Formats: sequence, C-alpha cells, structure tokens
Amino acid sequence: MSGTDLLDGFDLAALPGASAREAASARLRAGGWPTRRDEAWHYTDLAAGLRGFALGPAPAVEVAAELPEGQRVVFVNGRFDAARSTAPDWVGRLGGAAADTARGGVVVALNTALAEDGVAITLAPGQQGGTLFLVTLAAGRGETMPAIAPRHRIALGAGATLTLIETARGEGSYLHAPVFEVELGEGARLNHYRLQDESGEAVHVATIFAEIAGGAGYESFTLNRGARLSRNETHARLTGPAADVHLNAAQLLNGTQHGDVTTVVRHDAPDCASRQTVKSVLAGAARGVFQGRIEVDRIAQKTDGYQMNQALLLSDEAEIDSKPELEIFADDVKCSHGATIGALDPEQLFYLRSRGVPAAEAKSILIRAFLDEALEPVTDEAARAVFEAAIGAWWREGA
Amino acid sequence: MLEIKGLTATIDGKEILRGIDLTVPEGEIHAIMGPNGAGKSTLSYVLSGREGYEVTGGSVTYNGADLLAMEPEERAAAGVFLAFQYPVELPGVGNANFIRTALNAIRRARGEAELDAVQFLKEARAAVTALKMPDDMLKRNVNVGFSGGEKKRNEVLQMALLKPTLALLDETDSGLDIDALKIVAEGVNALRGPAFSALVITHYQRLLDHIVPDRVHVLAAGKIVRSGGPELALELEANGYAGLEAA
Ligand SMILES: Nc1ncnc2c1ncn2[C@@H]1O[C@H](COP(=O)(O)OP(=O)(O)O)[C@@H](O)[C@H]1O
Ligand SMILES: [Mg+2]
Repeated sequence: MSGTDLLDGFDLAALPGASAREAASARLRAGGWPTRRDEAWHYTDLAAGLRGFALGPAPAVEVAAELPEGQRVVFVNGRFDAARSTAPDWVGRLGGAAADTARGGVVVALNTALAEDGVAITLAPGQQGGTLFLVTLAAGRGETMPAIAPRHRIALGAGATLTLIETARGEGSYLHAPVFEVELGEGARLNHYRLQDESGEAVHVATIFAEIAGGAGYESFTLNRGARLSRNETHARLTGPAADVHLNAAQLLNGTQHGDVTTVVRHDAPDCASRQTVKSVLAGAARGVFQGRIEVDRIAQKTDGYQMNQALLLSDEAEIDSKPELEIFADDVKCSHGATIGALDPEQLFYLRSRGVPAAEAKSILIRAFLDEALEPVTDEAARAVFEAAIGAWWREGA
Repeated sequence: MLEIKGLTATIDGKEILRGIDLTVPEGEIHAIMGPNGAGKSTLSYVLSGREGYEVTGGSVTYNGADLLAMEPEERAAAGVFLAFQYPVELPGVGNANFIRTALNAIRRARGEAELDAVQFLKEARAAVTALKMPDDMLKRNVNVGFSGGEKKRNEVLQMALLKPTLALLDETDSGLDIDALKIVAEGVNALRGPAFSALVITHYQRLLDHIVPDRVHVLAAGKIVRSGGPELALELEANGYAGLEAA
C-alpha cells in the first residue's frame, strides 16, 4: 500500500475542523504505515498487518453488550453512546477535531486526522472521581475496515483521584487506534486499567501519553488478550519530583496473534520512581513483543527505575522479542531491568498433579501464578474482577 | 493393598529399578531403607506417576486397580500421596488455595461435594495447630522461602488434609530436629487405621522409633535385598548396608 492510498476512503474535508487535520494527514500520506524498517516498529509490522484491507470511516452501528454497573461512558465505533452512558458531569466529549500533536508517529497522525469524538475527563483539584468505566464497542460488518480513532483526554487537577477501567471489545474486522492524553496535576492519582479484548480479526493500536507532575501517581495495567495484531504504546513523563509511575501489562495470546507492549518512561525530575512488570503468555504460534525504554535526564537524580519483562512460552512455535533500553544521563540513579523466557516447569506441574489437580487446571494455576506479579498493584476490586474474568475466559477458551 | 511385582524401570535408558517385589497389606506401614542411589526416590516417583521414567516390566496394583495405567491426579484421587524428598516451590500460589484446590479436585473426582473456603480454612487451621506449625504457613506461597524443615512439615500438612490411604514418605525426616521429627511421626500415626497404609523411606532408625513399621525392607541397586521386622532397622543402624548388595 502506498502512502497516498491510506486515506483514500475518507472525506477529510467534510469532517469538523478540517484545517486542524491537514498537517497530520499530510504526515500520514508522506510516511505511510510503519514497516519493520522503522526502528520503533521493527518487531511489529503494521503495514503488513493492514495490507489488503481498505480502511474507511466507521459507520454508526449498534453493538449489544453487557454493561458494568455504576459510572460509565460507552463508545460504539468511536461515537459516544449517550443512551447507554451514565456519565457524571465532569465527563465531557472532544469537540470538533483533536489538536495536532508533534508527539508520536504515524499512528497518532492517523488519530489526529480522523478523530471526531472521545471522552474528555476533567477533575478539579482535590476532586475524587471514584471509578469510571470506559466501554468501547466496535463492529466491522462491511467491505471496508472501519478505522476507529477516538481521542481521549484525562486531566486531573492537583490531588484529584480517579480509577478508570477501560474495556475494548468488538466483532468483525476493524482498526481501533485510540489516543489517550493524560495529564496529572501535583499529587493527583490515576489508576488506569485497560482490558484489550477486541475481536480476533481486529487490529488495535493504542497510544497513551501521560504527563505526571510532582508527587502524582500514574498506575496502569493493561491486559492484551484480543485482536489479531495489537500494540499498546505508552509514553510516560515524570515532570515533577517524587512522582511515580507503574506501567504493568500482561499478554495472553494464542493462534497467530501478535501483541506488542511498548513503553517509554522519561524521568525529567529528581526522586521519581518508575516500575514496569510485563508478562507475556504465548501459546500456539503467537508472537509477543516488549520494548521498554527508560530515559533519565541529567537533573533526575535519585531516580528509581525498575523494569521486568518475562515470557512464558506454551509451545515451540510461540515467540517473544524483547528490547530493553536504558538512557541515563544522571549519575545518582538506581535502574534495573531483567528479562526471562521460559516454559511451564514440569516439576511444578507434577507437584500439582500428584496432589490430585488435573493437568489442565494445574497449567492454569501456574499461568495465573506467573501473571501475579504484574497484577499485584491492581488493588481495585472492580478492576480485579474484570481481569480475573478475562484471564479465566482465556483459559477456558483453550490456550 | 499395594502389590508391586517384578517392577523394572529405566531413566534415559539406564535401568534403575531391577525387579521389585513388594506387598503392603491394608493397615500396614512398611519402611524402606537403603544406600543413596539405590532407587528409593525412583520407586516413589514411579508409584506416583512422574514423567521421565519408563516402566519396562512388572506391575503395580493398588486395591486391585492398575496404578501404572493412571494419570498422577487419578492416583491421588485413588488415595495415593507422595511426600516429596525435595518439595517444589510454587511462587504466586498461596498455600491454603493450593491445598484447597487439591482437596476439591480429589473430592470432585470421587463425586463428593466441594468444601467452601470457610469450611476448608477451619479444617486447615486445626491441622496447622495440631502439627504445631506457625499460623502464617497457610498464607505464604507454597514452599517459597520455607526452610528445609518447614517444607517437610508442609508435606505433612498436605497429607493431614488430603487424608490419603497410601502415603509414600520419601525421606520426610531428613534434616529435621527431634521435635519436628515427632510432629511428622504424629502426622502419620494420626492417619493410621485399617484402611491406611504407608511406605516410609528413611535412612534413620530414629524415625522408626516413632512410626513403628510392620515390616522393614532394604532396597539396594534397584532390588529389595532383605526384608524383616522392625528389628532389621536396628541391625542396619548398627552394621550399615555393607554386604547387603550381595545378599
Ligand atoms: N533424572 C535422572 N537421570 C538420570 N539418572 C537419574 C535420574 N534420577 C535419578 N537417577 C539415578 O538413579 C539412581 C537412583 O536414584 P534415586 O532413586 O534418587 O536414589 P535414592 O532415592 O535411593 O537415593 C541413581 O543412580 C541416580 O543417579
Ligand atoms: Mg532419594
């Protein structure tokens, strides 16, 4: 697919805020989809994943779903579903077009060119938002592959708190490319929990930008279990002293699924901590990718950085690529990273089976135990329930 | 009743068990002693169904059923329990959950109702107290960070809760002080009864002071080379295994 074909299916001039989309669409046309020649996409060939699919605007559709109780925002094919949402007054929507951003690459440019809707969360200083569900539903039922590109904005004032539980699901073939812009004021705390449980024919490419002020905390956990091709790319920047960030993730993939967790953590202030525990469970011929970069600025003394990336391969065909990178320009810094690749331990399996636990159940227990460290910081009960259900379902559907 | 007849087994083509004949009637406890490398652990693994062993001849029946044709979990459901010489660590798996999962898997296999968490914890706490174990034993991850002695006691705790009818204890006394040894012995003696039998593998007479065996067998170079009453253990303690291989 050549660069100019990318947006052929869209009438950008007809979208609101057409002028705001111009620069981004020009970048997208010039660059085309990233291929393995782009360093940031070396292990995930997005161009190959989308080759042969004609992208088009996402039509208004109805998608049935069981919805969580409580405060929730529902989006269907990228559009706010007012009838099924129970949004508090601090939840608004993206109006018109998203502002262009120089951050990110082609995928973000695509989002800027196409974004028409998205959630805009604004909490005042000290405001306690409680738990909010962000339910995104999608359906690709026609000839073209709908491109769903919402732009979500989450801004927490100083000392504000929120737990955001996002579930992404759908049916058929579609591209879901959300961009999140997160801004945390001093001492604010956001628990950002994401379940990527998209249709098995879908492509999911999410980009999260998080700016974290002094003393604030961005606590995130993502579970990738759906989509034929997925990438979760998080750019977290610690901008004030004593801020902390957790970018934990788990992937449960089988068949020919490809899942990519990419993180860039930038320490731009002293006394900050960043923690990343990423676990991939890969069955069949699944392929997992982890790329994690920690950048420590010259002024970011006493940085405490930790990164652990572990893969459990359940078959000989499964594969993991892992690329940790540390770029440290401060001298008084504690940064550690590690990576392991292994299979289920036959000794542990036999121990469980010798106690009467059937082989399949014994495997599921060991896989759940493997994930434990990544899930540990998820203390919110509603979020835990969402993830435990997804992990259990993955197992029952046959890993 | 456990009946082992002419059992031969190899690891990587190397013959380790060379024709074992052994019968343990219901209600009896038999001790197996013998030098390192004789095949004692191999026998206990073959009986409990660990992979990697090839049974090249002979048969094993337990209460009339062909034990060797069963999966490890089926053997557990049939009442077999192996107390491992080297208990396995399970990071990320809580001990109470582990034992309850095992107990309920066995109960399901037998068509019995499962125990809920409350019922189970009541039983488990009582067993922990009876075995004089620290209270946090149930909360910790299975065997993770346990001392050698704690690991052995945790095997006995599992045995006490799973209530097997055929216990295979592989050097459960090794590395234990005398108090811990008494606790292990109490755990076994508490299960003693007309339907319970056990194979107790040990190097030391002192365990057999507390678990008095009905029979003592000497395993050397993959064969039972001598059998006798409890007095045989005393004789071995005094004279060692020298010369027994030739017997
Ligand atoms: N996995 C293995 N591969 C090869 N040889 C083994 C293995 N396990 C045990 N053996 C050998 O089998 C023999 C019996 O071992 P084992 O049953 O552990 O003896 P014991 O418990 O009586 O000390 C020893 O010679 C030992 O080296
Ligand atoms: Mg041994």
